[in-house]
Amino acid sequence: MLIDGRVDVKPDNSLMHRVNARAEQQVELCYHCHKCTAGCPVAQEMRFGPDQVLLLVQLNQQDRLLSSRDIWLCAGCEACATRCPNEIDIARVMDALRQVALAEGVRPADTSSVKFHRLFLFLVEHLGRMNEAGLLGAHKLWTGNLLADLGSGAVMVAKGKIPLVPHVLRDRAGMRRLFSRSLHPAAADSGAEEPGP
Amino acid sequence: MKSRIGVFVCHCGHNIASSVDVPGLAETLRRHPDVAFAADYKYMCSDPGQQLIRQAIADHRLDGVVVAACSPAMHETTFRRTAEGAGVNPYRCECANIREQVSWVHQHDQPAATAKAGDIVRSIVERVRQDECLEPLTLALTRRCVVIGGGIAGMQAALDVAGAGYPVVLIERQSALGGRMAQLSGTYLTLEGGSERLAQMIAAIERHANIQVLTEAEVTACSGYVGNFQVEVRTGRPGGAEVTPFTLDAGAIVVATGWDPYDLSRLPEVGGGLLPDVVSTLDFERMLAPGGRLARPSDGVVPRQVVFIHCAGSRDPEHGVPYCSKTCCMVVAKQAMMFRQRVPEGQAYAFYIDLRTAGKGYEEYVRRSAEEHGVLYLRGKVSAVAAENGRLRVSGADTLSDLAVDILADLVVLATPMVPADGAVPLGQTLHISTDADGFFNEAHPKLRPVETLTAGVYLAGTCQGPRDIPETLAQASGAAAKVMQLFSHAEMTQSPTVAAVVEDLCAACATCVGTCPYGARSLHPVRAVAVVNPALCQGCGACVVACPNKACFVRNWRPTQVMAMLDQVGWSGDL
Amino acid sequence: MTAYSYYPGCSLHSTGREFDASVTAVFRALKIDLVELEDWNCCGASSAHSVDRDLSLALPARNLALAQAAGRDVIMPCAACYNRHRTAEHELQSTAERRRRIEATADFEYRPSVHVRALIEVLYDTVGPQALRELVVRDLRGLPVVAYYGCLLVRPPQVTGFDHAEHPTKMGELLGALGAEARPWGDATECCGGGLTLTQPNVARRLVTRLAERAREAGAQAIVTSCPLCQVNLEMRQSGRAERLPIFYISELVGLALGLEESKAWWRMHLIDPRPLLRGVGLMARQAAG
Repeated sequence: MLIDGRVDVKPDNSLMHRVNARAEQQVELCYHCHKCTAGCPVAQEMRFGPDQVLLLVQLNQQDRLLSSRDIWLCAGCEACATRCPNEIDIARVMDALRQVALAEGVRPADTSSVKFHRLFLFLVEHLGRMNEAGLLGAHKLWTGNLLADLGSGAVMVAKGKIPLVPHVLRDRAGMRRLFSRSLHPAAADSGAEEPGP
Repeated sequence: MKSRIGVFVCHCGHNIASSVDVPGLAETLRRHPDVAFAADYKYMCSDPGQQLIRQAIADHRLDGVVVAACSPAMHETTFRRTAEGAGVNPYRCECANIREQVSWVHQHDQPAATAKAGDIVRSIVERVRQDECLEPLTLALTRRCVVIGGGIAGMQAALDVAGAGYPVVLIERQSALGGRMAQLSGTYLTLEGGSERLAQMIAAIERHANIQVLTEAEVTACSGYVGNFQVEVRTGRPGGAEVTPFTLDAGAIVVATGWDPYDLSRLPEVGGGLLPDVVSTLDFERMLAPGGRLARPSDGVVPRQVVFIHCAGSRDPEHGVPYCSKTCCMVVAKQAMMFRQRVPEGQAYAFYIDLRTAGKGYEEYVRRSAEEHGVLYLRGKVSAVAAENGRLRVSGADTLSDLAVDILADLVVLATPMVPADGAVPLGQTLHISTDADGFFNEAHPKLRPVETLTAGVYLAGTCQGPRDIPETLAQASGAAAKVMQLFSHAEMTQSPTVAAVVEDLCAACATCVGTCPYGARSLHPVRAVAVVNPALCQGCGACVVACPNKACFVRNWRPTQVMAMLDQVGWSGDL
Repeated sequence: MTAYSYYPGCSLHSTGREFDASVTAVFRALKIDLVELEDWNCCGASSAHSVDRDLSLALPARNLALAQAAGRDVIMPCAACYNRHRTAEHELQSTAERRRRIEATADFEYRPSVHVRALIEVLYDTVGPQALRELVVRDLRGLPVVAYYGCLLVRPPQVTGFDHAEHPTKMGELLGALGAEARPWGDATECCGGGLTLTQPNVARRLVTRLAERAREAGAQAIVTSCPLCQVNLEMRQSGRAERLPIFYISELVGLALGLEESKAWWRMHLIDPRPLLRGVGLMARQAAG
């Protein structure tokens, strides 16, 4: 069964080149044996799956890919990279697609993941360490998903597993310097609102 | 004089012994009046088994041998050699087939199987009793080879045979040697050196003292037999001045007539023969010729987006040919890389259904086309190619991703199959060699005799037998040449003496046998009023024996009296 | 006395507290000093590499600089932290250009003098199953478990590489040394979806429930892990009709076998209480409930 109507193949190779450069991979090595998809723990939730994602990169199908939920579904387990006969680190290709999507301000299909990553890095940038209470609380507020995991969250707090007072790095200035020296996180790039700590 | 025949009954492990009472059978045969010795053994074809036969021949002064075992097709040669080594004429050693004809087909009835085995062995004993002592026939041999086709297959075969010191006549239909390879702009795996090697080969042919090249020449008739062919050749362009045909004597013929390109107009759905920018891989070879400008046919523009379509016309029994043309996957990879070298900013796409790259370094080569030259392989056949604003819209699918794919291309290259060269079928009829359903010449055995034909002395080289690439063609050509050299290395030819013969006193020279013989072995004597047999052509089939109204024909060691005596031994009740 | 730098990572100070507690207790018992890295920072986890490659290398590189200054190999019990730091180490050792790039963002000069070590790596390669066996005071006989590595300890193999990527054996051998029965199974390195547990809880639930099913089919009554993300995901997302399997940290079972009194405090921190199981197999006194 063919999906999605016809794909018009563009001679423009920019997506593949950008993804290859960011991921330090050669997507064109893929010969579509599907071993990655066969071993991917989340392929069944994906629309395309790892192999098709690679083909869509080869075909420069930027619009389909960058707005796809698939690129945010990758759990980063690296089973694909370990088993790929052409040594393509597909998890890194997924990362590169996320990065291109964020850099280009493409509205993500999975806003929950994007918000999670932005919050996480915001906390690390300002506190130096991750703080679950802040992360979970803010993420639930931001995604409007207040009730999910309320039970286990409460149990964790009761067991002292979610410290309400965050550990804070002493060298916070150094941490902020490190962030600004790295290419700045997408939260700033895309101009999206930054949540308060 | 009473015969002294030895009978050797084989158990063949359990193959025979499980359904035939082998020791009992041997015991019964010992009482046969013509049997001087009978024994059974586990495996008669083994070294100890053969030793048992030799020992019995010596100890019992045997003058005939019957081995009751498997089919004569299996071990007749083995046992005849054993008998001959112990002093018995090999044509007085016969096999009684009690395996394929008895034990394997009557596994659940031992008494009946044993009785049938007894009938067969007794009938063969009767045959041996009447067998003549014969000597193999010897025939004269013309040590000259005719090679038909001046492509790389024919040239390689000619060089090999000539290099062994035998004269060769190389017959080429076109005006120059080189064949299809001369039309290639590059060859895999290295792209370089192909044309230089070809030029060297042609030069070596032309200066070789043992090779005579006939261009614009065709074989028009062939008679004779292995070692003694008469090949009729006509030279001159068709329609040009007719040159009187002449005849060459040759001992062997190598057929290397090569291939033709598939007719593009048979592929209208992908624009074949309709759209000027839809070309074949052979066309694209010419476009890629070194030094030339790569330009597409319609407007001379340099193509940037090139789509290759694998299996165009092949693997399609409904519309095209059913077979895989074998070389196209490699040809597409090669041409895509050559294209990218000429147009570095270009992009090549290849629609395929399987990539078949079985060959040393081949898989790596195709991988390189993707890795280093960015060829994008899409798994699926293209359904249509249509003209659109001066370009070509290619509609295909990628079955691995379930995506329907459209590509706007500047040029479409169809990887079409090799088909047999024009005139292959009539040439086959001339040479008495068969062609398959696709028009390629048949080898004698698809696995075990790949360079021989069923006509002794006629050998095959190259793509006239089926699609193959240059290294395979050269290997097969050298193989055919080796067969010719093996033939020519004999001082004379030997042939089985169990062929037809004529009782001249009974022959009325009615020529019924001449018309009946399927091998052209029968003729009337030029002077005397009798029919004669050419033993070199006779295959011993017996058709003339049956046809002869005067019963003047017989096949040696298959005389009618022998056959009737054999039938008498079979234990049928008699009322028919 | 051997000494290591110790990098607990954020999880061991929160959801993985019992991991932190059991690791420090076990190393105390093994007479190996753990010195926590001064002012360490978060490794950035999957958020950093999803968003920016340089950041994902610079964050762990800052910790490598601290470890380098401390002059000791650094133990990272958390599989995710271990993986991110090994990735940075791998990159620093790959090409001069990559090294310079990381050094510039993390503001240090890399010397390959100290190394990042996983917990299982130290327990197996430095301490050794034989030595551990000799220290066992409470044999874990009768406790059928499966060794669960998850992804980040073993993949990608060129980055991690202390055990076989597809068929790792070291955790199972350590469990064997403790007397536990490590059941063979096929899912030791299958992903639990831990990285998605907050953003895609349904996906995580499916993966975890399947892992638990497979463990049960293999005859295990508990799963043993060395990753706090796996552990919390496996405890939080197990669903289905079957009784939920307790999830142990490898360090907890080492502590239990070494007879450490502190172990009692660890069980209370679990979301799936392992005490009924431990009592059932006689590894915990029945009256010690609560």
